[in-house]
Amino acid sequence: MSNQESLFEQLGGVAAVDAAVDIFYRKVLSDDRINVFFDGVDMDKQAAKQKAFLTMAFGGPHNYTGLDMRRGHAHLVERGLNDSHVDAVIENLGATLKELGVKDELIARVAAIAESTRDDVLGR
Amino acid sequence: MTVIRYNDQLIQLDAEQSVLDALNSHGASIPFSCRSGICQSCLMQAQEGTPPAEAQQGLKDSLKLQNYFLACVCHPHTDLSVTLPDANADQKLITATVNQLNLLNDEIMQVVLDCQTPFDYRAGQFINLHLDQTIARSYSLASVPQQDRYLHLHVRRLPDGQVSNWIHQTLKIGDEVAISTPLGNCFYTTGRTEQNLLLIGTGSGLAPLYGIIRDALNQGHRGKIYLFHGSRELAGLYLQQTLDQLSKQYSNFHYLPCISGQETANGYAKGRADNVAFQQITDLKNWRVFLCGHPEMVNSAKRKAFLAGASMQDIYLDAFHVKPV
Repeated sequence: MSNQESLFEQLGGVAAVDAAVDIFYRKVLSDDRINVFFDGVDMDKQAAKQKAFLTMAFGGPHNYTGLDMRRGHAHLVERGLNDSHVDAVIENLGATLKELGVKDELIARVAAIAESTRDDVLGR
Repeated sequence: MTVIRYNDQLIQLDAEQSVLDALNSHGASIPFSCRSGICQSCLMQAQEGTPPAEAQQGLKDSLKLQNYFLACVCHPHTDLSVTLPDANADQKLITATVNQLNLLNDEIMQVVLDCQTPFDYRAGQFINLHLDQTIARSYSLASVPQQDRYLHLHVRRLPDGQVSNWIHQTLKIGDEVAISTPLGNCFYTTGRTEQNLLLIGTGSGLAPLYGIIRDALNQGHRGKIYLFHGSRELAGLYLQQTLDQLSKQYSNFHYLPCISGQETANGYAKGRADNVAFQQITDLKNWRVFLCGHPEMVNSAKRKAFLAGASMQDIYLDAFHVKPV
């Protein structure tokens, strides 16, 4: 594997996102710390959002902005979304990649990108 | 030069330009978000022409077959005529003649319709049946085009149901009715014949499932096929003999009727159909799942099926929403 490859390519590109999205979403829905935030949402739409999020966190093409993140989560912040919930999501993300056999070094880079959205997600 | 037709507008596609960008730069407002073929916000359907395969990646098989595509990554080399998915709602109506009316149980009427014009559909899709110009209800197709000459609907009579009461009380053999063209994505697609199928239905949610099962068997599906059909009371179930017969004929087809109320009966499971199903089948990895009937059952079963390992793309739904009177 050449060092020139982007993070997204090293992870396996679109195929990696496809492989990860079901595992990740299943972990999130099974996690009692955060699954209450997903009650009553349209699962297909939510899976598409998860896919867009994973693509961004994997360093892939995206059209996400901080403003989108703020708007998209404002109603959840009102319902008590806080740092502990963001921690749980990033933890699930790491566990998903681990399950897919991704190296720790790459997982750390994905986690760092996800981490960079924290303040926008929490509206700070 | 490729030309895209949208709402009677003809738009030329520049080199490298996606269908999404071409339409939106000409004043259309096609929704979009990721622009990378991922989020599916810009889902459209080609009414004429075939979209390129790369614009269909990640879509359900039933959507691919109906020429749905993602406009943001669609770079066609041939002309397309495209619409937004919801645009099918106001469409031309077709005349059909009532050929038979058979009560399947106390509250469900089988309506058999003879369509004079060619009617290209898939078992499990639905049509809108019109009482008049403004009032219509959706009914799923229980018939299979390759096996049944006519269209079959299962219409459950609802206490205050305007259309269902008209069908049960007033409609006669020989009457003409107006129906829509077939709609919906809940149907069997060929390929992956070894995949196991789980089908859960409540009430007249059996209609699409009955069509899908016979379609799958007819097309040589080899994986296991499990049907759980539920109702509160024994009297709410129907087609038991036919389905028992089918399970004797095909060793890979299994049928279990379920009663959620107080009654018990030999050969019937006790409990809600979805609960019984998920108790018996705990690992749904690589399964294909069809859920039809009561919206609450459909939504909760969808989540359970996904958590039990079914991929989101392999879960097909037909929720029967009852319109307020």
